[in-house]
Amino acid sequence: MNEHDKGHIVPYATLVAVWAALLTLTIMTVAASRIDLGALNIWVALVIACSKSVLVIGFFMHMKYENRLFRLFLLVAVVTLTVFIGFTFFDVLYR
Amino acid sequence: MSESSPATQAAHPKDYTGAKLGMWLFLFTEVLLFGGLFILYAVYLQRYPEGFRLGGEQLNVWFGGGNTLVLLTSSLSVAMAITALQRGRVRQTMGLVGVTVAMAFCFLVNKYFEWSAKIHHGIYPSSPQLKELPAGEQVFFSIYYLTTGLHGIHVLVGMVMMGWVLLLIRRGKVNPEDYVTLENAGLYWHLVDLIWIFIFPLYYLIL
Repeated sequence: MNEHDKGHIVPYATLVAVWAALLTLTIMTVAASRIDLGALNIWVALVIACSKSVLVIGFFMHMKYENRLFRLFLLVAVVTLTVFIGFTFFDVLYR
Repeated sequence: MSESSPATQAAHPKDYTGAKLGMWLFLFTEVLLFGGLFILYAVYLQRYPEGFRLGGEQLNVWFGGGNTLVLLTSSLSVAMAITALQRGRVRQTMGLVGVTVAMAFCFLVNKYFEWSAKIHHGIYPSSPQLKELPAGEQVFFSIYYLTTGLHGIHVLVGMVMMGWVLLLIRRGKVNPEDYVTLENAGLYWHLVDLIWIFIFPLYYLIL
């Protein structure tokens, strides 16, 4: 039982590739912030930050290799946060 | 369950899935804690876009970018440490966890210089100079100190935790057969990295 629980060994090459992708995305987010896109700037920054999060959670935190229960929990947390943020803005924007 | 070693099973009744799920649950509470601060940020950004732009321009992109590099690399080293331990390479694991601790320390040294420079220029919560500035900038710096301060405490806790895990590996308490403590410490460390991934563009890069 325990042997299977311990899970997957992620090779060094995969981890280094993820790290390289994260650095590339960091450079992209700095470059994108130097271009004036108006209100879009913040959305570009958030999309890049979310992509970086997916890489960190998926590979570094092994979420890609965990069972479905973990992903369900993650989904619940993300949805909760989204509802918090969404409802706060209903209040702030339409006051 | 292996029938061959009932004694070890009884002595170390480890439930890997349970241990990691527990850690993830804790991490979700952390996400909601920092999420609250990001909501604060979003609401005031909407109210004072100009003040936030002026505030963000005063932060040094090189400090923020340097610390991003440090945290991403330390996340890599701790992820590699888990792979190394799974493959039974204990000395390599200790080296990699050591690198992570050193990187965490680098981050805090950077933060120290960054904060000192700001405080030296008279910018800190409720400083006389900050009170002269427009409301938007005051709010920006208050949330900046609150968020990066709380994040800094997490870096410090993560560093101490990694040092403790290093000690456990040296003593053989964390080993190629039983390494969930390293995995959970790693999960915590990656969360610290994740939060910085959002802090960096929102505070340092906003234009």
